[in-house]
Amino acid sequence: MSRTLSVAIKAAAIAFASLAASPGFAAEGASTPHKQDWTFSGPFGHFDQAQLQRGFKVYREVCAACHGMRLVSFRNLMEEGGPGFSEGQIRLLAAEYQIQDGPGEDGQMFERPGRPSDRWPSPFPNEQAARASNGGAYPPDFSVLAKARTYTRGFWLSLLDLVTQYQEHGVDYIHALLTGYDQPVPEGQQGQPGLHYNPYFPGGWIAMAKPINDGQVEYTDGTPATVDQYARDVSAFMMWAAEPHLETRKQTGFIVIIFLAVFAGLLYFTKKKVWSSVAH
Amino acid sequence: MSGHSTFEPKNPVLKWFESRLPIIGLMHGSFVAYPTPRNLNYWWTFGGILSMMLGVQIITGIVLAMHYTPHVDLAFNSVEHIMRDVNWGWMIRYMHANGASMFFIAVYIHIFRGVYYGSYKEPREVLWILGVVIFLLMMATAFMGYVLPWGQMSLWGAIVITNLFSAIPFVGEAITTWLWGGFAVDNPTLNRFFSLHYLLPFMIAGVVVLHVWALHVVGQNNPTGVEVKSSSDTVPFTPHATAKDSFAMVCFLIFFAWFLFYTPNYLGHADNYIPANPLQTPAHIVPEWYFLPFYAILRAIPSKLGGVLAMFGAIVVLFFLPWLDTAKTRSAKYRPLYRQFFWVLVAVCLGLGYIGAMPPEGWYVIIGRILTAYYFIHFLVILPLLGFIEKPLPLPASITEAVLKGQAGGSLAPAGAPNIPGRGA
Repeated sequence: MSRTLSVAIKAAAIAFASLAASPGFAAEGASTPHKQDWTFSGPFGHFDQAQLQRGFKVYREVCAACHGMRLVSFRNLMEEGGPGFSEGQIRLLAAEYQIQDGPGEDGQMFERPGRPSDRWPSPFPNEQAARASNGGAYPPDFSVLAKARTYTRGFWLSLLDLVTQYQEHGVDYIHALLTGYDQPVPEGQQGQPGLHYNPYFPGGWIAMAKPINDGQVEYTDGTPATVDQYARDVSAFMMWAAEPHLETRKQTGFIVIIFLAVFAGLLYFTKKKVWSSVAH
Repeated sequence: MSGHSTFEPKNPVLKWFESRLPIIGLMHGSFVAYPTPRNLNYWWTFGGILSMMLGVQIITGIVLAMHYTPHVDLAFNSVEHIMRDVNWGWMIRYMHANGASMFFIAVYIHIFRGVYYGSYKEPREVLWILGVVIFLLMMATAFMGYVLPWGQMSLWGAIVITNLFSAIPFVGEAITTWLWGGFAVDNPTLNRFFSLHYLLPFMIAGVVVLHVWALHVVGQNNPTGVEVKSSSDTVPFTPHATAKDSFAMVCFLIFFAWFLFYTPNYLGHADNYIPANPLQTPAHIVPEWYFLPFYAILRAIPSKLGGVLAMFGAIVVLFFLPWLDTAKTRSAKYRPLYRQFFWVLVAVCLGLGYIGAMPPEGWYVIIGRILTAYYFIHFLVILPLLGFIEKPLPLPASITEAVLKGQAGGSLAPAGAPNIPGRGA
């Protein structure tokens, strides 16, 4: 009797939880991004080197005009698990930029060509300068942006994400945002001057104008030069910038879990043997 | 610590040492010869798991502190420096961040285990109270730790929580200013939080020693709630409990590793990867998941002071649990009514956690208030009355009898499910 009651109460508790979960989670007036296929998702995820190189090209030629990446150094671009540029390429690349250094012996700051150890130079000297050049908006730094953006999935889908290891909310959002321009403004909505309609942006109106168009960046490896492809590539690049050790992390995790599983198995039989003479 | 050690070193050096400081005998008596009830199920392995997690947090924390800079202009970047440039820094940092969550998962299971089996009842009141003290210290430590990366949620969480103290009449403002070390959450706040975040884990370790000491004085409770009566009721801690605990710890580590290596940001907030900005309030300020039930209670009361009192009251009430529960029978196994209310309480706490994550509007507010009211009614009304109303099931004469009876019923499976003997009876 008490057992059935207990089951009934547990069932009621679960029913309550699902009831409570069903309303709400209207995503604050923003459209839900679509899940994309990423090479770096899942337990064996890895970056596609060619994609990172293309994404870097898009970043450098388009985004970098306004968006900094202050935590990433040139040298990172040649490190393992990244875009995989050669040291020679990185030296040449870094030298194309002028980096402020100093003070020198004369007490003055001076500019010199960049080195691989330098951080990626920011397009604006400070936030105020960035805002002044962008109609009051501050283009966010790209260093960890792919981890700093997300969208709500609701209670049950969030639980599922833990099992399926879906962790690409940030890049899915960025991809959706970049491909979400040029959509008709819903009736009854009026934009403010200097803002652009994008259904994926919370609130629907974003200061950034459509940043990229088909054919704007030249791809030499035959990849289609479309906005969708640019968005995909630059998102992947941003994921790498935000999590440069992602590949090592997942590879290490696999080894660690195998080790722990075997260890747990051995311990289980040890425990069984120890307790075999004792009823418990 | 309970005088069961028969440890006598053979080695002359050890003999010499032992006669001057009997620490090896103490360890031997506490972790080798210590008699542990033979019928403990896997819910009893969480004490060991918690000790392990405390060790993990302290070790990773010490390494992180070698690379972290507690300054508002540098903290965020120094954490990213750890993630990017320090050898295996990403692993240490994710281990520490997710380790905090694992610590709370384990502690909540440990607490609810105690609540289910009546482990707080006489003579284990002090043991229980020390546990609640550890829980409070853990909450303070975790809260301050979350502030250190100095992201948006760090800053705004700190602002919301420290502002609670301003609700105290007359002296609230002064206390808040004193806590902040200024007139807003700023660099002095971050500095002292770092200092305290480093200090508190060692206080936790100290109270853990007391907790284990108290445990070894009164002995462990067990699923029947019947006290140990003869040596046939117990087995030596080593190898029996050691083997079982080790197995459970490694299983827990697998669970931990899943988060650490595959979904390291699952339990965090994306907003905390945005550097702290005092001029820009995040859309939703939400604490870490383990505080959500208490956050829901805080917001359920429509007055700031009332909310703060209710939130702290929700923990204070736990200190009085040994006296609020008037039943003589310990284990919920033999308390058919209490068992139902236990599961209702679990559901209510989960519900409060859910409400805590939701914006305080519409039905969420009403459900939050109902659940908050029920939480207190459970401890203040239901538990005291239940002891008089409920007719407990007959208790086994001893642990041994309960075990052998269960065995006769054919139930040899590990007693993971709380009410296995009910099946045989």
